[in-house]
Amino acid sequence: MIQKRYLATAATLTALALALTGCSAEADADTAAGGVDAATATSAEELGGMDALVEAAQAEGELNVIALPDTWANYGEIIDAFEAEYDITVSSDSPDVSSAEEITAAKNLAGQDTAPDVFDLGSAVALANVDQFAPYKVTTWDDIPDDYKDADGAWVHDYTGLMSIGYDADAVPEPTSLDDLLGADFSGKVAVNGDPTQAGAAAAAVQWAALQDGGSADDVQAGIDFFGELADAGNFLPTDPTPATIASGETPVVFDWSYNNLAAAADAGGRDWKTAVLPGTALASYYNQAINVDAPHPAAARLWQEFIMSDEAQNLYLAAGAYPVRMAAMTEAGTVDQDALAAVGEQPADTVQLTSEQTEAASALLASTWASTIG
Amino acid sequence: MTTLTEGARRASSVRDGAVPTRVRRRPAAWWGLTPFALYVVLFLVVPCAIALGTGFVSSDGAPTLSGLAALGDPVVLRAFGSSALVSGVTAVVGALVGAVVCWGLTALRPDGVVRSLIDSAASVLAQFGGVMLAFAFTATIGIQGVVTQLLLTRAGVDIFAGGVWFYQVPGLLLPYAYFQVPLMVIVFMPAVTGLKPQWQEAVATLGGTARQHLFRVVVPVLAPAFVGSLLLLFANAFSSYATAAALISQGSQIVPLQIRAALVSETVLGREGVAGVLALGMVVVMVVLMTLYSLLQRRTERWQR
Repeated sequence: MIQKRYLATAATLTALALALTGCSAEADADTAAGGVDAATATSAEELGGMDALVEAAQAEGELNVIALPDTWANYGEIIDAFEAEYDITVSSDSPDVSSAEEITAAKNLAGQDTAPDVFDLGSAVALANVDQFAPYKVTTWDDIPDDYKDADGAWVHDYTGLMSIGYDADAVPEPTSLDDLLGADFSGKVAVNGDPTQAGAAAAAVQWAALQDGGSADDVQAGIDFFGELADAGNFLPTDPTPATIASGETPVVFDWSYNNLAAAADAGGRDWKTAVLPGTALASYYNQAINVDAPHPAAARLWQEFIMSDEAQNLYLAAGAYPVRMAAMTEAGTVDQDALAAVGEQPADTVQLTSEQTEAASALLASTWASTIG
Repeated sequence: MTTLTEGARRASSVRDGAVPTRVRRRPAAWWGLTPFALYVVLFLVVPCAIALGTGFVSSDGAPTLSGLAALGDPVVLRAFGSSALVSGVTAVVGALVGAVVCWGLTALRPDGVVRSLIDSAASVLAQFGGVMLAFAFTATIGIQGVVTQLLLTRAGVDIFAGGVWFYQVPGLLLPYAYFQVPLMVIVFMPAVTGLKPQWQEAVATLGGTARQHLFRVVVPVLAPAFVGSLLLLFANAFSSYATAAALISQGSQIVPLQIRAALVSETVLGREGVAGVLALGMVVVMVVLMTLYSLLQRRTERWQR
């Protein structure tokens, strides 16, 4: 009896010891090149250049991403391309959670192998959580306009869409103005991607409606009124559209970012899914790329950041209808994927992006009025 | 051993006609509850305390009572109103329909096939909730639902002509009633089977009519059980989340959805504390309901011995 117990203890200790050595071996890999810890490196240069970064990332072998649906801004292909290029396994967790939940996940999982390494966040959440990010400047940093990045490198814009109306051309006529949506053809058919008091894309739909309908970036009441009219007409469809509801015909008209509506076309189960960006003012809103300060794979996280800002990934965004942040520099350098650009179309000149103050004011207004507007 | 002899001594002293003292419960037996108590503490008390605690911490970590102001917010008040309305309507409908089913079941043989089939079905269906239930109803009376489309194509009736109510508060009524009725059958049936045929015979022997038996015996005996079950059904609907979360994505009209909104919103930030305060509001409602329920339950049990 006693001997057996000793054996078990010895076995447990051995296992523990092995696990601990495993950990320290991994830690060594992170500090590989030139003794600089990848977790604190603020540029590839600090680690000894791109090759050293790639080497350190490959030693980690894995990358955890979160809130990246395969059909959102081409992330399915971007992840595949990253895996193929660097032979690093990407595990994509909780693709459908909100930006706020990304931060919650990072905090809850801090110190664990499964914590997210990188974030893709709406601006409000990004600006409120700068402490959660590890500053890092990619090699293409200078290509990015100053307004589109944090001066210290905590976050950087990655891509934007235009707010748009996706519609099933067999079910409804093409909408040429917001007022068209109030007609009988659209009875019970018009959905918004999420609740504007919770989801950035949905809030943007209301902001866009305001810009289109006589309101302004400073006052989105006109947009809320529009959705109120839509609800009174019985045309508002209060369900959350997904590629599945689009394919099944449950949501024939959807307010969403252009890249999501364009992606839905490929996945619409044979439906003739079209995307309309109405004439007049367009609305853009950049998403932000950031590295988790507690990233379990700090080198891979930095390599992902480099990859996201490379010509290859930026063109993949564009192919899905999302305008990449390095668009201007790439146009100058002639590295834009011209076929993709021709298919998506140039960004309209009259494009508005709300400042963080304007977004906050709009969100506060929505929080107090939305439920009664559509209820 | 000591306890046993002590018990025996006490028993004999009672027999001898001495003043009977209440037999103290043996302390050792309480230890048997340890695993359950630990389980309740770990998985109910601690999470509950943590969740409620978040309502009283400001975003920079200092203790605060300012979160309580959220309970006066008109949006939140309306959510509590809608929650109460949905719970009330489905509890009343569930209780009435369920009571009728229970009454019907008494006509069946207690060990018969039909009776046990209905019993098992009620047990299963009372637990059939959440996303599965939401999907079942979407497939039935959603926009592309079988029934919706049949009505539209065969009878020319568009049930969503005035707006798609299925994805709003009224859309919760049918799915909720769907699990409320079987729950009523489960909780109310013991009271109904507790009605003794001898009472009816006694009424008849004393010259009473069937009507008198119903109003003087059945109704008073069943009333506490009925009201208690009603409260339980109300609480059941009030605390339901998953079905509503799967169906409603706009407006967060009921309290559990307000809590979700406060936790996950990416546009209105820093409202995690509000979730804790809302949870506190729900806990208060539940404590009141459950206290009333246990009081009524005590009255109910009098007739079931």
